Amino acid sequence: MSGRVLVGVKRVIDYAVKIRVKPDNTGVVTDGVKHSMNPFCEIAVEEAVKLKEKKLVKEVVAVSCGPQQSQETIRTALAMGADRGIHVEVSGKDYETLGPLQVSKIMAALAKKEDAQIIILGKQAIDDDCNQTGQMTAALLDWPQGTFASEVTLDGDKIKVVREIDGGLETIKINTPAVLTADLRLNTPRYATLPNIMKAKKKKIANVKPADLGVNLTSKLEVLRVEDPPQRQAGMKVETVEDLVGKLKESGKV
Amino acid sequence: MNAYVMLGVFQTSQKLRTSLRLLSRAGLPPVDLQVQLLLRGRSPQSATFSRELHLGPDGPASSPAAAPRRLPFSRVTVEDLTFFGKTLPGRAITDPDLVQSSNEDWLKSVRGSSEVLLRPQTTQEVSQILSYCHSRNLAVNSQGGNTGLVGGSVPVYDEIILSTSLMNSILSFDKISGILTCQAGCVLENLSLYLEERDYIMPLDLGAKGSCQIGGNVATNAGGLRLLRYGSLHGTVLGLEVVLADGRVLDCLSTLRKDNTGYDLKQLFIGSEGTLGVITAVSILCPRKPKSVNVVFLGCETFDQLLKTFQLCKGMLGEILSAFEFLDSECMRLLNTHLKLANPISDCPFYIVIETSGSDSDHDSQKLHNFLEEAMTSLLVTDGTVATEESKIKTLWSMRERVTEALTHDGFTYKYDISLPVERIYQLVTDMREHLGKRARSVVGYGHVGDGNLHLNVTSPAKDPALLASIEPFIYEWTAKFQGSISAEHGLGLKKRNYIYYSKSRPAVAVMGKMKTLLDPKGILNPYKTLPDDLK
Repeated sequence: MSGRVLVGVKRVIDYAVKIRVKPDNTGVVTDGVKHSMNPFCEIAVEEAVKLKEKKLVKEVVAVSCGPQQSQETIRTALAMGADRGIHVEVSGKDYETLGPLQVSKIMAALAKKEDAQIIILGKQAIDDDCNQTGQMTAALLDWPQGTFASEVTLDGDKIKVVREIDGGLETIKINTPAVLTADLRLNTPRYATLPNIMKAKKKKIANVKPADLGVNLTSKLEVLRVEDPPQRQAGMKVETVEDLVGKLKESGKV
Repeated sequence: MNAYVMLGVFQTSQKLRTSLRLLSRAGLPPVDLQVQLLLRGRSPQSATFSRELHLGPDGPASSPAAAPRRLPFSRVTVEDLTFFGKTLPGRAITDPDLVQSSNEDWLKSVRGSSEVLLRPQTTQEVSQILSYCHSRNLAVNSQGGNTGLVGGSVPVYDEIILSTSLMNSILSFDKISGILTCQAGCVLENLSLYLEERDYIMPLDLGAKGSCQIGGNVATNAGGLRLLRYGSLHGTVLGLEVVLADGRVLDCLSTLRKDNTGYDLKQLFIGSEGTLGVITAVSILCPRKPKSVNVVFLGCETFDQLLKTFQLCKGMLGEILSAFEFLDSECMRLLNTHLKLANPISDCPFYIVIETSGSDSDHDSQKLHNFLEEAMTSLLVTDGTVATEESKIKTLWSMRERVTEALTHDGFTYKYDISLPVERIYQLVTDMREHLGKRARSVVGYGHVGDGNLHLNVTSPAKDPALLASIEPFIYEWTAKFQGSISAEHGLGLKKRNYIYYSKSRPAVAVMGKMKTLLDPKGILNPYKTLPDDLK
């Protein structure tokens, strides 16, 4: 076994930023807006680095698909403890239509090329909320999947995964190689400390094109329209119970 | 004395409150009831009804921080309430449940017994109220967000509370010059959000931003986390509209960057703590929102290394430095224990929060990288972490901003805000720890070290007059020995008014007294505060 872990990290609009819809309703404004690593991807990186610190895996490789700026996201993963990075260059029209299906094809191709033993992804991205990439990647590779992981334990050549499901927690045991997706309570991502940030500057980020991996990026999805959620109406204050009943009757609610 | 007045003497103030409650809800009562209420009035004996919570152990004059005796202002009558009710329909509040929270300060350390809370919406209404109160000799306590830390924002006795909370409109904003004009009741955080959408920021920022109002900030000359970069309100405030004690409106609300025509009156009101006039509108110069903000959290072994890091920082980061704050390991312990905030780095005796703000992220990251590399290789700094993302920046800042909150969970807090020569700052903390020994639960130091401003806090399980007697005047004498200020940015309020002589000379304070007499001859604006008792 290679002992290599592939971690996917996505560059998304920072969760603290107020999202604005473009005036032509084709998408959201991204120019000049603060971006950062998807919070679930941070948890994925943390888990991979923890496995390496426990000496259960040998190398952590951070992967990101996107334009030039995706390299910053890979640098953050390197500062958290990943060993090297792979930047899959996707820009322009291709980047606009890049979705879970395309990314999972890329991850599958890379997993084969890098001889990865485990792929860890965030359970979903906070911009599209798709929650599909991990599942699709596993299907393309015909690997088992441990999704919504809140606890991961390596046990020989198997992995025990505790999953967060609607009814509570489900524990499964899967063979390796496998795909895992990280849920919120899996761990608390570390702050990148100064010594590691300095070291990260020297770590390598390889540049790869999707065509080199034999991946076709065409999408069968077309975004028709992006809109703001309906404006929340202001509430009304009334002075007495009679007023309240009156207003309720007026609006036809009673 | 007729039967009704006799009745008034033996009834508790509850009865008056009940009749007031009837008044505020149902409008004016019928004439014969009015007469009864008037007669029931308040006799001199009812002076004992006001809760004198500030008395020292041996009576009012013993502790310099305790409140003096009530001055002979008039008391609120039914007629007064009628006038207020007419001037501010629905906004003259007498319901004790609603008035209660405005009677007590944020620290829950002082409480007044006001029975009237007024909420004007316009300068005109403020003018009418003050004009009336002046003629009636009624004391008035102006109140913004009630986040002050020296007992200056709440009544001492039954002063009428004049709240600016409903005066929260933004009047204008000039996108080219960055000059914002707004009413005094605008909450600082709301102003920040408004400006951020327009690519500007407020020149000041403090932990209380979610509640504090700009009028109060100006009245107390608030400092905060950005003073290092943008300067004090004395520089950034361009104009003020103030209502004087007799109701006259002083319109100095200029929006000009430069105006040397006569005495600059607004400077008198900035930092006057509501004792010279009530600020009703502010025009302030706002800086552009920086395109690139970085926050660094560092750990140092000694205070000396912290100071050397500050030197290095100023040299290498220069014009992009926008904040330099520190906290000690005791602060970190309180944050971990009471607020469950984890230390972003390893445990160190001292922590620094550095913020850079600039217009070019590549330029700023390069400078920052060079500075951090130098700081680490020269071993000034033993650990640290950097944040460029909004969410992480907020988390790192909260390590410094929430210390005040963590302290409130540690027990009764004695707060001190001292300005000292920067090299001496931590010596005061270590000397205080040694001086107090086991009598205090925690002694912590943190603050705007870049501005030479220390926040020294002592906690004890409960209010402890003996502990207070050990702290004061030790801390003030220590400060005076090094020509420091006994209140760098919190102001004097009620608690520190009598300590003014540790930092200002008698002739200076005498002139202050004359200004007060000139602008408020009846002394109705925020009495018992800011100026020392011996001036009367």
